[in-house]
Amino acid sequence: MNIRVLGFTLFISLCLGISFAQSELNALVWCDHTDQALLQPFEEKFNVKVNVKDYEGTGTALSLIEQSRPGDWDVFVVDSVDVPRVAEAGILAPLNEADFPWDDFFDEVKLDDIHFVNGQLYAVPEKFGYNTLSFNNKNASEADMLDLNTLWDAKFEGKIAVYDYYIPTIELIALSMGMKPSDITAENLPQIKERLFELKKNTALIGGVVGVQTALATGEVDIIVGGGEYVTAVLHEEDPSLDWILPKQGGVRWQQAIGVFADSEKKELATEFVKYIVSPEGQARLATSSCYWAMPANSKAALNDEQKAILRWDEQPGYLANSYPYYIPDAELDALMLEAWTEFLQY
Amino acid sequence: MNRRESLKAWGLIAPALLWTLAFFVVPIAIMTVYSFWQRVGTKTVRGFSLDNYVAFFSKTYFREALFNSLEVTILVTVISILLAYPLAYILAYQVPSHWQRLALSLAILPFWTSYVVRSYSWLLVLSAKGIVSKSLQTLGILHDPVSFVNSRMGTIIGFVHFFTMLLTLTIFANLVQIPRNYLKAAADLGASRLQAFWHVTLPLSVPGIMVGAFLTFVLCIGDYITPQILGGNKELLLPQVIMLQIGRQANFPMASALSLILMLVISLVFLVSARYLRLERV
Repeated sequence: MNIRVLGFTLFISLCLGISFAQSELNALVWCDHTDQALLQPFEEKFNVKVNVKDYEGTGTALSLIEQSRPGDWDVFVVDSVDVPRVAEAGILAPLNEADFPWDDFFDEVKLDDIHFVNGQLYAVPEKFGYNTLSFNNKNASEADMLDLNTLWDAKFEGKIAVYDYYIPTIELIALSMGMKPSDITAENLPQIKERLFELKKNTALIGGVVGVQTALATGEVDIIVGGGEYVTAVLHEEDPSLDWILPKQGGVRWQQAIGVFADSEKKELATEFVKYIVSPEGQARLATSSCYWAMPANSKAALNDEQKAILRWDEQPGYLANSYPYYIPDAELDALMLEAWTEFLQY
Repeated sequence: MNRRESLKAWGLIAPALLWTLAFFVVPIAIMTVYSFWQRVGTKTVRGFSLDNYVAFFSKTYFREALFNSLEVTILVTVISILLAYPLAYILAYQVPSHWQRLALSLAILPFWTSYVVRSYSWLLVLSAKGIVSKSLQTLGILHDPVSFVNSRMGTIIGFVHFFTMLLTLTIFANLVQIPRNYLKAAADLGASRLQAFWHVTLPLSVPGIMVGAFLTFVLCIGDYITPQILGGNKELLLPQVIMLQIGRQANFPMASALSLILMLVISLVFLVSARYLRLERV
């Protein structure tokens, strides 16, 4: 074969290779969506490569979006409470309600006032869980953990880790004082702050998910305030004594939603991805993602009995009734809460 | 220098100048502008305001964070120097020259691993159920498990482990440049080994100590990872407070003001130590 023919063949192969190249979908997600076991079935079915970039905190996501070009991103996983603000900012594309199993979602997580803006659907609930108490049931009894007030008991001195996110944690403190999260105001915040400060003497550390999880797993602490299934479920197989519970005063319910970017050039494929994620199969894989476990939004998720037991599936009716969705304060109260939290860390 | 030579010289330094301009001057200028803006609610309001700087001086927790950062950084620098100097001295004067290369390679081993992984490793080693606590219990020194992390001590141990090695390198590089004849001359004049060290070796190795100490100071005071992982967040250092501004609220103006204050502190330290910073000696 002469060199020209060889070169021509290579050129044609390269062109064909490019034209048949796998298409790609770019998703800005929480870390649970980075599990290949979750992405693989979708990638195989649609012959697509899903590129995922995980982030923590909507502020970080918005910065990433600001630094990107329109069309860079296709799918967005976001804290449900932030759906209205990102939709109003024109970041999310409208979705068709009929594309999703709306009737199969748990009623409490549908939250129409969050997922719909001016009557238009912008994001779909996909997963939820609780900011409550995680604990080592060898060292802290379930009976103790049913009452938030035991956190201040001297027997737990130095045995408590506090999840480092001021909104749910301050809301949990409010619950321990008989207030609902939405009852928090600038006027009663000083009393909540005082109660929070009193917790410091029992606190061994305040940390992010990995920090508090490691502390519980290594026996550094016995309780995580603000923890939940998302911290302990993934460790359950290794150490069944690591458990979680919703106390009688209730807990704070977090929730994540998934939508399509308004500037995406692959909206159809992106919508297919969203449909896969909220399907029974996608929901089971997402609920048990290697990054963290939590309840699927779809009540028909294909979970087995053991997985359901770890997620306390049968107790969900009571838990959903006795928990409060994240109450997001207005900017002024948010700033005061962050200030109280900073003082708590420095206290 | 004629015009042609001048152009040639500018051509040679242009890449470095452009690099500095693009990745240092421009970002700092942007950060400075940001620091005078305001975050109001979910919006950043442009305009000139000193409110962020006023907030720094009026809020106790901001000032405490700076003092905590200074305290931790000074402690880390001093402890690291005290540990690194004997190590560098032994490497330079006691270890045969053909073993020095291997010894130096071992000294820089900690730099080969990821910073985050190294911090988490320390978390496991120093926890109540970690190898340090267990060993001390086995030796009968401790009766109960003791945790060395989630405290200032944890942060300092993590930092010292890293910076001792950095300082060892800068001090070693300085020590090997001191002519041995100086020590022989001191001995000839009747100085004991301790006197020779105190009056000859130590003063001549100050540039190495200062360069290492300055690098330690700069890297330590701006570090976020180590106090976040090993400190347990029970007291805040300034980089952690900066991150708190960005997290949920995306308050980049306040974060920029705090970052500039941190930079100002580093610049002051540089000015104080500048007369000793002879980079060509290390």
